[in-house]
Amino acid sequence: MTYVKKLKPHEFSLWHGKRPLLGQLDIELTERCNNACLHCLINRPEEDAEARAGEMETAFLQDLLRQAVDLGCLMVRFTGGEPLLREDFAELYLFTRRLGMRVILFTNGRLITEELADLLARVPPGRWVEVSVYGMHADSYDASAGAKGSFIEFRRGVARLQSRGISFVVKGAILPANKDEWEEFKQWAAAIPSMDHPPGQSMNFDLRARRDDKAKNERIRKLRLSPQETVRVLSRDPRYLKDMRQFCGKFIGPPGNKLFRCGAGHGTCMDAYGKAQMCMPLRHPEMVCDLRTHSLRYALTELFPRLRETQAANPDYLRRCAHCFLKGLCEQCPGKSWMEHGRLDQPVEYLCAVAHAQAEYLGLLEVGEKGWDVLDWRERVERFSRRENENAKEDA
Amino acid sequence: MDEVTLEMVFCPSEDVVAREIEGEVIIVPLVAGIGDMDDELFTLNETGREVWRLLDGKRTLAHVADELTLSFQAPDGKIEGDVLGLVTELARRKMVVAR
Repeated sequence: MTYVKKLKPHEFSLWHGKRPLLGQLDIELTERCNNACLHCLINRPEEDAEARAGEMETAFLQDLLRQAVDLGCLMVRFTGGEPLLREDFAELYLFTRRLGMRVILFTNGRLITEELADLLARVPPGRWVEVSVYGMHADSYDASAGAKGSFIEFRRGVARLQSRGISFVVKGAILPANKDEWEEFKQWAAAIPSMDHPPGQSMNFDLRARRDDKAKNERIRKLRLSPQETVRVLSRDPRYLKDMRQFCGKFIGPPGNKLFRCGAGHGTCMDAYGKAQMCMPLRHPEMVCDLRTHSLRYALTELFPRLRETQAANPDYLRRCAHCFLKGLCEQCPGKSWMEHGRLDQPVEYLCAVAHAQAEYLGLLEVGEKGWDVLDWRERVERFSRRENENAKEDA
Repeated sequence: MDEVTLEMVFCPSEDVVAREIEGEVIIVPLVAGIGDMDDELFTLNETGREVWRLLDGKRTLAHVADELTLSFQAPDGKIEGDVLGLVTELARRKMVVAR
């Protein structure tokens, strides 16, 4: 007889069909970073005293983690900035694990010391370490990360994970200095035991999350791949068409006037200063909950459900986005609208153009058509996703 | 480890954390080597849940079995057998340690 049953993370249904109040907690431990990546939406300098002074204290974070456990949370994702800049990182990490939560750590890997790698080997995260990679060579990496010598430190950090068998995955960003290294990156990533799929690569960069730097925003705009380049990059993945047929068949359609059709507010992300956000991009001051004066439970059970009912009011949004069946394919959301325009309901032209380029490539739109003008969108989506079923039958 | 007997005393290992979620006991490994993979979680069957709650580092397994007989009706020897079977499995998985 077996008394103990293994639960793989993807197969357990501990809540018997219900949803925990909080399944996963994302915590931005700091906005400071030892890289100065050209495309980054949040980074502040490593030595920024003002940013550091406002960061959540260790005891405050520990209290939040206890609250998270009480709400059913099983997983914490530590991110930043560079979370390893926090001197209390090891303490927070162990505290989290000892509360019975598993950890995903987002890092650039530069600060993975021998001591930290030993800790991660002795007390594994329970999920993985996720390392951002900005180039395959010192010149491309250092240029993209804006930090001389950063490549060597990144490789040293990764080697420390590898030598101890610590689970880690990698992701990248397509930037001018590394744009010709995709194949090399893909091959390198394929040799990492935990990588069971090709690495993700950001290319449609968000503007500054705090709307704090017009010059940086201009630079980010220039680094974004054009809609046509985006389609070229996406479609070089052999799974793209098949994935999109499945995705579109399930998830696209006009969102209507209600702004939140996503999962925002069903969970929460903590910023570095103790504000609970409905999702990572959404930092509009009226859409966050100050956890120095309120509890996580209040944010999740009272404030966020109320905010999720917010309706769009911008006539341009109501004319276009509310009726556009490309929602799902399009990344327009209140968070991105806030970053781009300082309000929640304004179309983001770049995202709109990327979605339309994809839709034209997939045959959902004729060239020049607009998603909000299409009345027979259900038939088009059905035809498109049915091709997947037909192909599957042929394969069988 | 040696054979588990009813005279022995066990408590949860410091290498795991047990959490109760919706009446289930979920065991979260803290250190490497408890599961086959680092991301595995474990749950206990009904017998396991009851026994786990009584493994406090003070009661012998005989005492644990006696307490269970107050709540569960079972043929003679069945509860003792279950307690020994479960603790043997937990000890093999390094989820409990003998005191």
